[in-house]
Order: sequence, then C-alpha cells, then structure tokens
Amino acid sequence: MQYTLLILLLPLLSFIVLGLVDSKWKPKVAGTIGTVVLTIITVLSYFTAFEYFTTARLDGVYQKIIPFHMEWLRFTEYLHIDLGILLDPISVMMLVVITTISLMVNIYSLGYMKNEKGFERYYAFLSLFTFSMLGLVVATNIFQMYIFWELVGVSSYLLIGFYYTKPSAVAAAKKAFIVTRFADLGFLIGILILSFYTKTFDFGILTSANPAVFSGFAGVTFLGFSALSWAMALIFIGGAGKSAMFPLQIWLPDAMEGPTPVSALIHAATMVVAGVFLVARLFPIYVDYTPHVLHGIAYVGAFTSLFAAAIACVQTDIKRVLAFSTISQIGFMMVSLGVSGNGGHEGLGYMASMFHLFNHAMFKGLLFLGAGSLIHAVHSNEMSHMGGLRKYMPVTHITFLIACLAIAGIPPFSGFFSKDEIMAACYEFSPYMGAFMTFTAGLTAFYMFRLYYGIFWGKEHKHEHTPHESPIAMAFPLVFLATITVFAGFIPFGHFVTSDRANYDIELDNMVAGISVLVALIFIALATFMYRKESDIPKKLAKSFSGLYKAASRRFYIDEVYMFITKKIVFNSISRPLAWFDRNVIDATMNGFASSTQWTSQKIKGVQSGQVQQYAYVFLLGTLLITALILFI
Amino acid sequence: MGDLFTNFLSGSVPMEAYLGVSLIMFFAGVYGFLSRKSLLMILISIELMLNAADINFVVFNRYLYPGQMEGFFFALFTIAIAACETAVAIAIIINIYRNLTSVEVGELDEMKE
Repeated sequence: MQYTLLILLLPLLSFIVLGLVDSKWKPKVAGTIGTVVLTIITVLSYFTAFEYFTTARLDGVYQKIIPFHMEWLRFTEYLHIDLGILLDPISVMMLVVITTISLMVNIYSLGYMKNEKGFERYYAFLSLFTFSMLGLVVATNIFQMYIFWELVGVSSYLLIGFYYTKPSAVAAAKKAFIVTRFADLGFLIGILILSFYTKTFDFGILTSANPAVFSGFAGVTFLGFSALSWAMALIFIGGAGKSAMFPLQIWLPDAMEGPTPVSALIHAATMVVAGVFLVARLFPIYVDYTPHVLHGIAYVGAFTSLFAAAIACVQTDIKRVLAFSTISQIGFMMVSLGVSGNGGHEGLGYMASMFHLFNHAMFKGLLFLGAGSLIHAVHSNEMSHMGGLRKYMPVTHITFLIACLAIAGIPPFSGFFSKDEIMAACYEFSPYMGAFMTFTAGLTAFYMFRLYYGIFWGKEHKHEHTPHESPIAMAFPLVFLATITVFAGFIPFGHFVTSDRANYDIELDNMVAGISVLVALIFIALATFMYRKESDIPKKLAKSFSGLYKAASRRFYIDEVYMFITKKIVFNSISRPLAWFDRNVIDATMNGFASSTQWTSQKIKGVQSGQVQQYAYVFLLGTLLITALILFI
Repeated sequence: MGDLFTNFLSGSVPMEAYLGVSLIMFFAGVYGFLSRKSLLMILISIELMLNAADINFVVFNRYLYPGQMEGFFFALFTIAIAACETAVAIAIIINIYRNLTSVEVGELDEMKE
C-alpha cells in the first residue's frame, strides 16, 4: 500500500505550487488545482480504506500496516525521530473523514470565496492544512504526531487570520495560536517524560500492551502520582488544547473569525478532534496503566459538554452557536473514551467515540457549510438578521434540518446511532454519568432547534435584497454531506473500528435509545414552543434567570478570568520585571560593548592615514626589528 | 685602493664589493620610496631595489655556485617582471593623473575610509 504516501505528498506539493505562484495565475486555476488534488487523494483514501478493511484482518483482528517508514534524525541509540505512515482502523477512518470534508470544503470555497482577495493563498493554506492533518493521523510515532500537530496549529492560525486586515481576525488567530501552544507545552513535556522512561517514541511499542515497556516507570512518583500518570495527563492537556476542552476552550469561539468553510473544516470536523484522536491513539496506555487519568478525561469531557451546551443556548451569532456546539460534541467524544474499557463490549465507548467523531465531522461540517450559505445570502452572522429563510433557500433549509436532527439524536439520522452508543457506554460506567450526558444531549437538541427556528422560521427580517439559494458549487457539498448524514448511521461501525481492532456487533439498547430519543423530542418540542413563532417567552425566561442568562451569554466569564490572570498577574509580576531586566541589564551590557568598541575605534582611527609611504615606513621598521631580533637573540 | 683597482682590472674583484654596491642601491631605493613625493620617483626607487636584488642573484650564482645557471635565469625573470610591473604602474599613474591632475603620493588617501 505504498501509494498512501501520495496522499501525504500531493497536498504538500499543491501547497508549495500554489504558495509559490501566489497571484500569477487566475484565481480559478488555483482553486481548480487545489480541488483536483483533493479529489485525487480522496479517491486514494477511499481506496486505502477499502483495501485495508477488506484484507488486513488476521485472526479476526485488523493488523497495523506500516507501508512507509524512514529514520529521519538519529541522535543517540534510543533518541531518534522517524517518519512513517501507520495504517490502523482509526487512522484509515480519519483519512476518509479528513479527505471527504476537505474535498467538500474545497468545492464549497470555489463558490463561497469567489472574488475574495487572496484566493490562491487561501487554497495554498487549505492544502497545507490537509497535508498536516493527514500527517498527524498517520503518524507512526508520537514525535511525528507532535510535528504535524504543530503544523496543524500553524495552518489553523494562518486560516483564522485569513482576513488579516481585520483586527478581530488577527486577535482571534493570535489567541488560538497562543492558547493551543500553551497546551502543546504540556503535550511536549508529556512526550518527553513518556519517552524518557520508555526509551521510544513509537506507537507500535507504546501501545503493544507489553508491561516491560513501562518497567522504567516503576517506583517513579511525583507529588503522589506516578510519573506515567503525569506523562499521560500532560499529553491529554495537549489534546485538550486542540480539542477545546475546559478550561482551554476559549480560543475556539473566537476562531470563527476565519472564513466559514475554514470553520467547517478545521474548527468543526477535523483539527478539533485531534485531541480525541490522540487519546484514542494512546488509549491502550490510558486504559491499562492510568485508568484514573482516563476517568479524569471523562469528567473533563462531561463538564465541558454541559458547559458549552449551556452557553450555546444563549448565543446569537450562528457561528458561535455552532462553535459551542462543537465544543460540547467533542466533550461527548471525550466522555465516551473516558468511560470506555478495553476490548469487546467493554470497549463500547471507544467505538462509540470514533463513530461519533465520524458522524459529527459530517453533520457539523454540513451545519457550518449551511451557515456559510446563510451568511453568503444575508451578509450577517446574527440570528436576528435572519428568520423566515426557508422559503428562499430550500436546499440549505432541508440539509440544515437534517443536520439538526442528526445532532439532536433523532433516528434514523447518523447522530442518533453514535450518540446512543455513547449513552449506553456512559450508563454502564455510572448511572449518574449517563443521566448527566442525557440531559446534555437534550440541551443539544434544544439549542440546535432554537438556532434552526431562529434562522428558518419566525419573523422575517427586512433584507436589502431578497436572499437567494447558493450557487451549485456550494449546494453540492451540502447535499453530499446531508446524504452521508442520513445514511452513515447504518454503517456497521463496530466491524471496522473497535478498541481491540476485533469485530464487535453493535446492539441498540432499546431502553437507552428510547430515553434519549424521548428527551431529545421533549427538548425539541420546547424549542418549537419557544422559538417557532415570535413570542415573548424567551425574553421572560431571560429576565427571570437574568444572572444565569447574562453569565452564559458572557461565556461564564472565562475569558475575563484569563485576561485577569494574564494581564494583571502574569504581565505585572513576571513579564514586566523580566522586560526591565532585559532592557536594563542584558541590552545595556550589549550596548556597552558596542559603544566602547566605537569609542576605541574613534580614538585609533588616525593611524589609518591612507598615506602609503607611512605604511611602508612602519613596514620597514618592523622588518628591521624582526631581522635584528633574529640576528642578535 | 690601488689593490682593489688592480684586482678589478685583472678580473678578481671580491664578492663583497659587488654586495656593497647592491646594498647601497637597495637602501637608496628604500630611502627614495619613503621620501620622494612623486609617484614616478617612487617607481624609479622600486626599480632600484629590484635591480639590487638582481645583482645579488648574479653575484651569488657567479661566486658560490659557478657551475650552475639558476641565479642568472632568476635575474632574467626579474628583469622581465620588473618591465611588466613598470608598465602596469605607469598605466595606473597615468590614470591617477587624469583623475587628480597630480602625481603626488600624499594626495592619494581616498581609500582610507
């Protein structure tokens, strides 16, 4: 399966070509190149998936295949950094997800970004992102993953700041980069601790379930926890930063400043699930050696999902609602991983998490692209500027509704199946966790239908011109993703992706499924009652819970807390003294060297008179002196 | 003195006499190089020094290694090189004169900065 290397190299090539030619070609050419390359690698990925899932089974277990591997940098016997491609069920699944969404976004952008300044740059960055994300998921070792992890961060930064003349976009890009970088520091330290004691970066060895690998950790503790727990927790912090887990979620809502297709690709479907993927990749270590860290992940995920869902209920910017919804859904995936055990029915959560990741990528990509279509039509992100759009934009309306039903967990749409598995896994972990997540799922249904009614129903807003359906380039991805959303639930996912890579037959737990559908329907009904027609119930509710409402709409003041910590505490007590030291001690020393050199040279520059004969005279004297010394000493 | 003259006529001048001449020539050249103001005079001084070296070559060859020819050949080489060097130097001096309408060495301090 050597051709998988092409899946990585083609987008890189397209990035280089598009990046170098910049604006020398017509924008359309750049868009076409990007899209064609994506089409090729999408086909290749599907082919890889087909070939992998039809051939790679041995004793009922999918084998890990490494079609390409090379040693990149060798420092010592143990410390060497390799590059390679690792195919196993989750990476193959991610290949399919990434290339599909990426292709849809590329096609969609042909319409959405038409006539934008920097169209070529946009496509170059999209290619860079696709390359990095694909490199991340097929990484054979944790350090390669880290390299691509950072590349993904950079391309995310570049794309959020695409409208670099807009100050808010620049600030958002900076925020996203700094917050995720901060989390990546944890990731890096985690990697270093882990590899220091195990003497390897390689996933194959790390996840081989061989206790000898971790024998180096024996007895090493720090602050009451074993070093391995610290390493795994720190690695999770990296994942939490990328996946916007509480309290590192602050960058994701702001990242919506980027172009909407970018939000669909990076900040909904692919990059933000990198953290989930990371935990899934290292799952054998988490579940076998540090189950308490895994439970911690579950609690963080659960809290984040409720927290973000609560905020999503009061946001008015449609992209922000979707952003918080993304955070909440990633929380679901994290919970699901966190409550999972290993193998067979125990590993239900793992399977459910990956299934939800797959479905979520499709329907959340669809929601964002739909949002882009709406923004394209009404030139505003605000829900209050929309309303009654269902008559004008039928395709967007239907596809958006499908995605809303999917995320709310209504059968037979894809979200129902994966979310139901998550619920089942949660109830098996503990009934409280199950109930908690069921409530959060209900809240999900509520805010999604609040959004839906706010956009497509309700009072019509006066528009400058009549909103129109989007062009075919934008409508096609919507229809395509909606089709996947309708049918993806029937994929026998347990046949493909499970924690032990063996076959697992999904059985719907009727009890759990019934409860979650019922809860979803109740909350949808509530949303219908409140938002379908213009009514004053939402306002009354907002008034009677004004404290809660205000806090939620200000995102529970987490940003303010960050600003307080950074601006007041870190800047004043650490940065300022350091800056003073830098300016007055380090810079001053260097300036002193420079000025004393200058002073000396001013003093002695008279010696260089430019008079040849003087030089010759000195030269002669020197010669005579040396001669005399040789002769007489 | 009379002795020296007689020896000279009879062809048996001691080596030191030749070396004395070349020494005087060389230091005359050095002095000229350091003290003259005109580039042409400096050039002539350089020629003097070169010729002093030539005399040494010939003399050492003649007196110390009478059976060999290297010294003579070196003298010939030096003469040829001195001719080339003079041609180049004259060309440079002419260009300097065109630019500065002067061949005074003291005015050639443009390069110091």
